[in-house]
Amino acid sequence: MGEKRTDLLRGTLDLLILKALWLEPLHGVGVSRRITQITKGAFQVSFGSLFPSLHRMEEKGWVEAEWRASENNRRAKYYRLTSSGRAQLKVEERDWKQVVKIMTAAVESA
Amino acid sequence: MPGRIGSLFRNLLRKNTVEQALDDELQSAVALLTEEKMKDGLSHPEARRQALIELGGVEQVKEEVRTVRAGRLLEDFTTDVRYGLRTLAKSPGFTAVTVLTLALGIGANTALFSVVNGVLLNPLRYAEPDRLLALYSRVPNYDRASISYPNFLDWVRENRSFSALAAYRPDDFTLAGRGEPERVAAEMVSASFFPLLGVQPALGRTLLPEDDQIGARPVVLVSGGLWKRKFGSSKDVLGQPLTLNDVVYTIVGVIPADFRYTGINFRPSDVYTPIGHWNDPTFRNRRAGMGTFAVGRLKPGVTIEQAKADMDALGRHLAEQFPEVDKDTGITLVPLKQAVVGDIRPTLLVLMAAVGFVLLIACVNVANLSLARSTGRTHEFAIRAALGANRGRVVRQLLTESLLLALAGGGLGLMVASWGIRAALNVLPEALPRAEEVQLDGRVLLFTLAASVLGGILFGLAPALKTSRADLQETLKEGGRGLSGARHRAQRVFVVVEMALAIVLLAGAGLMIRSLVKLWSVNPGFDPHNVLTFLISFPSRTDSAEVVRATWRQLHDSLNAVPGVQAASLDASSVPMASESDLPFWLEGQPKPPTQAEMKITLFYIVEPDYLNAMKIPLERGRFLSPRDDEHSPIVVVIDESFARIHFGGQDPIGKRVNFGILNLTAEIVGVVGHVKQFGLDEGPAPGLEAQCYFPIVQFPDQFIPLLARRVGVVARTAGSPLAQVGSIRHALGQVNAQSVMYETKAMDGIVADSLAVRRFSMVLLGSFAALALVMSCVGIYGVISYLASQRTQEIGIRLALGAGRWHVLQMVLGEGVTLALVGVAIGVAAAFGLTRLMANMLFGVSAHDPLCFAGVAGLLIFVALAACFIPARQAMKVDPVVALRCE
Repeated sequence: MGEKRTDLLRGTLDLLILKALWLEPLHGVGVSRRITQITKGAFQVSFGSLFPSLHRMEEKGWVEAEWRASENNRRAKYYRLTSSGRAQLKVEERDWKQVVKIMTAAVESA
Repeated sequence: MPGRIGSLFRNLLRKNTVEQALDDELQSAVALLTEEKMKDGLSHPEARRQALIELGGVEQVKEEVRTVRAGRLLEDFTTDVRYGLRTLAKSPGFTAVTVLTLALGIGANTALFSVVNGVLLNPLRYAEPDRLLALYSRVPNYDRASISYPNFLDWVRENRSFSALAAYRPDDFTLAGRGEPERVAAEMVSASFFPLLGVQPALGRTLLPEDDQIGARPVVLVSGGLWKRKFGSSKDVLGQPLTLNDVVYTIVGVIPADFRYTGINFRPSDVYTPIGHWNDPTFRNRRAGMGTFAVGRLKPGVTIEQAKADMDALGRHLAEQFPEVDKDTGITLVPLKQAVVGDIRPTLLVLMAAVGFVLLIACVNVANLSLARSTGRTHEFAIRAALGANRGRVVRQLLTESLLLALAGGGLGLMVASWGIRAALNVLPEALPRAEEVQLDGRVLLFTLAASVLGGILFGLAPALKTSRADLQETLKEGGRGLSGARHRAQRVFVVVEMALAIVLLAGAGLMIRSLVKLWSVNPGFDPHNVLTFLISFPSRTDSAEVVRATWRQLHDSLNAVPGVQAASLDASSVPMASESDLPFWLEGQPKPPTQAEMKITLFYIVEPDYLNAMKIPLERGRFLSPRDDEHSPIVVVIDESFARIHFGGQDPIGKRVNFGILNLTAEIVGVVGHVKQFGLDEGPAPGLEAQCYFPIVQFPDQFIPLLARRVGVVARTAGSPLAQVGSIRHALGQVNAQSVMYETKAMDGIVADSLAVRRFSMVLLGSFAALALVMSCVGIYGVISYLASQRTQEIGIRLALGAGRWHVLQMVLGEGVTLALVGVAIGVAAAFGLTRLMANMLFGVSAHDPLCFAGVAGLLIFVALAACFIPARQAMKVDPVVALRCE
């Protein structure tokens, strides 16, 4: 059971990260702030989950990273969505809607 | 996948760079966060402290990332394995059937591969085997003739390509003075023979050049077997005397018990004597081969082409020097491995291909099962996908399950294989050269592993891709009732493929069986049933021709007096399907050809008058030899129909005379008998060696009698089973000469059967593969048809409810199976048509496209497929419409 719960959270986090990177490339801290922003403060992603997820997505080729100067002229690692990342975002959005639909139906059926 | 493995390596190899980059990234994050906090008015140390708290500890984050980057693959794998094992344990029936099917497929492949490996792939077990060549004499019409010893000595002297050459020839000696006299197998070998092969003596030394010449002190090497049997493996054996054919030899060495050499005319022997020590005048005659062959080791850096050119020049030189005997005689060189393995190679390759088909069928079958099973799991995968598992992940999960099954099948297959190898070699050992080298070695294990993994991927991939392609929304909407169209198409394709593969195997096996049936009905020219053959050796070799002839007559009389023996005849030289010897001749009235090479050749059987009755060879004209043809009467000979046809055409050969120059005699032809298949039932036209003639043993010239005095063969027609007479015959022989030894006792029909050993070996294997294929494809079509029928239960229920007849339902389900079978059979027949051509040289008397065979196997497969479909069809017929409709 515990395993599935992690899967669920991980799936959710991936979706949120992809969504956060949809508009522009961001560094790790930037992704965290953007998620807080788009979830209207409901989600505070811990960096202990965020960085591993970013690295995993980099390995899968959904995002690519490059070092460049931040708005304050600090060197930071920026993540950019690749085309396969964009495709993945579409898939995850669709799946998520499906799960929600099913779960809603399931919860309300009782 | 490759990308991930690549990144795993990158991460391992460039660990420091990766670590550095990770460190940089986190430091920059800390700096960004600190800056952010300082903007909110915190002091630098406090801002940094809070930044570190928010990050949750740099080291902890790093550790998390590391786990993700490098360990994920492994972690996923163990999860998959654990999950896979759990899933498989939940469906034991499926698992058992799958593992068993794969075990049979992989086991058969492993067994055959270990044969191919031991016989074809492994190098010969000698030092630097690639430089070893077998040497033969090349004469017109025959390029692997035996070598005359004087020629061999010239080869040794004059060649520039070999670091060593060794000659050898087999013989039998009577070993006396150590218990009962017995016949021991011997090879006469050159002194260079064992050093050339790199064989070290187990004790003492091997032969020296000074042993290897006329007049040297007689020395002998004994085999490990004889050493153990006669000397209890005692170290004192060196220097002991050994009496062979009344000559006292001194034992100078022991050859290791595991020594093997499988050259032409070489038998594993009890004793080895120096060949150059033998002073027999015929052996020293440049005309005579006496069964001598040779092996050579190329000098380092010399190629076989260079050696061939060198030996060709040498052969031409000898032909100029000795035109009378060596004209048109050359030297054939063959890599030793090729000489040992012989022509078994194409047969093994055909069998390997056949057994590969069996594995393919097994894979297709398992793929089919997995596919049917995965239907029930569609929901599971859809949910996994919805929870964030991507398609690759699901495929990997399914492949892991397949690999687990395949590896289990492979493990069990190894057991099947080790049993199969033993069984095959026990039943048919004489068919295979190097049979004793066949075993499960590292390469075979690697092959099994590769076959299992490839098989696992092969049968795992199709269902995995199909399942993972399943449309998530569709599946979830359907409420888990599974997919229809596409999946069923895949299963139908699988069945068709299976049927087609099975047809190819069945056709191959059918053609082999037809060939053997044809061969068994071939008339060998004599009746091999109830005939016993054996050899008798006599210790003495110094007797005069008269004494030898008297012994023969005595032998003949006592053999024919044995109750149960109907007719017995001594024989020498050629024995059908066992040994042959030939003689050059010319017909009287024609000019004597200037050289031996230009003379005609005939197979030569030295026999007694009773030979005709013992072998039941039909007399066609004139008379056979009679007891009146003795040493005092005119010399006569009987020829066979081939001799008459080739050399006399339409003329009557009776009364014509044949000149055997080498024996210094001319014989008058008194009769013509039928042709005997000397070279086996499958004997084709043997240009130059078709003619046969029978010569009375007592008329053999005095000067050559010593050649026959030590050993003579016997064929005896018996009243019942020939082997049952061995005891009484042995007793009768002992009465004639207590020192005589009877050996190589065989039933003639056994010899005939052995001449078909390779074909029988192929037939038994192809037959078992085809049977396996038939069973598997039946299970396959049964599985699919019953699955499809069960999917249509509701439809059938509706049809029945609407008034469809039950026979109609039966017809419908059967029709589906028959359609699949027919398509498969059609494709299979087309494929087999192309493939059986590859086995044309294994066939006899039947075309590779034999319509009867093709029609037969097609009919068989369709019938069996029908039978397999009948069970689900009958179940479908019995569907209760009420129950079927309520299911919904």
